[in-house]
Amino acid sequence: MEQKNNALLIYTLLYFAFLYVPVLFLPLFSFNDGNYMSFPLTGFTTEHYEEMWSKSNLHNALWASIKVGVVASIVSTTIALFAAKAFARYKFRGQNISYGAIMMPFLIPEIILAVSLLIIWLALGFKLGLVPVTLGHILFCTPFAMLILIARIEGFDFSLEEASRDLGENAWGTFFRVSLPLYLPGIIASLLLSFIISFDEFVLAFFLTGSDATLPMYMWAQMRFVQKLPHVLALGAVIIVFTTLIVLLAFWLRNLGQGKKKAEFGINIHE
Amino acid sequence: MLNPLKSIYAKSEPARAYSLLSPALILVTLVMLIPLTLMLSFSFFTQTSFTEIDYSFTVQRYIDFFQKNLLVSLLIKSIKISFLVTLITLLTAYPVCYYIAFYVKKNKMLWLVLLTLPFWTSYLLRVFSWKIILGTKGVINSSLINVGLLNEPLTFLMYSETAVIITLTHAWAAFALLPLYVSLDKIDFSLIEAGRDLGLSRFEVFWKITLPLSLPGIIGAILIIFIPTVGDYVTPALLGGTDGRMLSNMIQGYFGKINNIPLGAASATIMLFTVAIVTMAVSYSTKKLSQRMS
Repeated sequence: MEQKNNALLIYTLLYFAFLYVPVLFLPLFSFNDGNYMSFPLTGFTTEHYEEMWSKSNLHNALWASIKVGVVASIVSTTIALFAAKAFARYKFRGQNISYGAIMMPFLIPEIILAVSLLIIWLALGFKLGLVPVTLGHILFCTPFAMLILIARIEGFDFSLEEASRDLGENAWGTFFRVSLPLYLPGIIASLLLSFIISFDEFVLAFFLTGSDATLPMYMWAQMRFVQKLPHVLALGAVIIVFTTLIVLLAFWLRNLGQGKKKAEFGINIHE
Repeated sequence: MLNPLKSIYAKSEPARAYSLLSPALILVTLVMLIPLTLMLSFSFFTQTSFTEIDYSFTVQRYIDFFQKNLLVSLLIKSIKISFLVTLITLLTAYPVCYYIAFYVKKNKMLWLVLLTLPFWTSYLLRVFSWKIILGTKGVINSSLINVGLLNEPLTFLMYSETAVIITLTHAWAAFALLPLYVSLDKIDFSLIEAGRDLGLSRFEVFWKITLPLSLPGIIGAILIIFIPTVGDYVTPALLGGTDGRMLSNMIQGYFGKINNIPLGAASATIMLFTVAIVTMAVSYSTKKLSQRMS
């Protein structure tokens, strides 16, 4: 360990300010009663929040995002749980290629995934809407979910499962009574984080929603009109608070019972 | 043995592994590989009218792409912006990760949570917040005018390449921070101490020990920033104006208003190849570099 270095500490704190301050302008201006987001602030108001809540389009978009997010997070976490188990438990030929294939959505710009899904969806003659968006989100969330779950399952004592089988429990019984309770914190963390990824996702939704707007699409449409910006700020502030709480909960769950072993948060592709 | 197949299955690890993997592999095939293949084939077709496509094979779309100065210049600009964002992010984020890895003793977890938290807030909102900061009536201009340093707002802040670079640097920072931190944190500090004991200067220790050992993190960070930024659509659309437009915005146009799906598919394919080439070049040079160092 190094001794003190105040210059580096100050730099680090400034960098944290760079990360956080821009985002905090959203909640700040959402309580300002002017129409422009400029200084000086003119006065405190909550009317932007009232205005926000009065929009029925917003309710529809929120509902659409929740539906897509719930389905995408459950499906991707389930698929990722099986895959994570395979990688954590077995050594097999083709392991690296399979891992690379599942991780590939990370290595392709999202616009390309979106455009290719758009082409196939239209070529098949299907209607754009929440279904292709959900499929895209499942593809995109699965590698995230798998990384979270591998971190949880690695170091898991598989002899517990074997003991359960030897004691006469069948495969499903073993899964539900032994494995699942032990994986549960990781599974919930994965569900929450996948939900947030899907909830905030914009590019796939932009190309694939058609007329069923998700919440980010709704915000995008409102951002073009200056007079509508204040209520977008209010909505943005609510989303930031909500996302932060969920992510903190997921982080806490992820590290539950992990001790100091896993100090790595989020993602790390080159492991 | 009533069921020989079942017992072979139970004994074969690969068979069990692949049955666990099959949902994920089917997903990747159906939702990614097949659509990408179809996109590639569409790049060899021709849009004949607003709704009709001629499905006979031609490489004309690729010729079109390279004959259109606009598209080539947008591709170059996308690569340039992405390269600058990657470089700036690496240079600014490295010291932060270094500090957390080597100087922070208590509550490292808390620092890490704080570092990654902004990444999880909506990407669209992070980009939008820069519109508030850089806009003509935004935070910077209105503050400077208020203090009396400016009479007219600075117009170059918004709708420019600079705006796109600043915004992307902020939006993707957390991505760079993680791989960098993980690789620095893995370094055995006694190696650095040994270097110092042997009389190397601080700079030599950094250049010969710390930097090479953190190379995997640097590579991870480069790829993880370059790939999404080169294809970024949101930032140039919100903050780029005409000066900061990137290739993605044209691709969107081909699938939207301009309605030339084959040319859009060809542009997307060219972008995909660019990413593939950069990925391979970066991994290849790392391999060479780490061979030379060890």
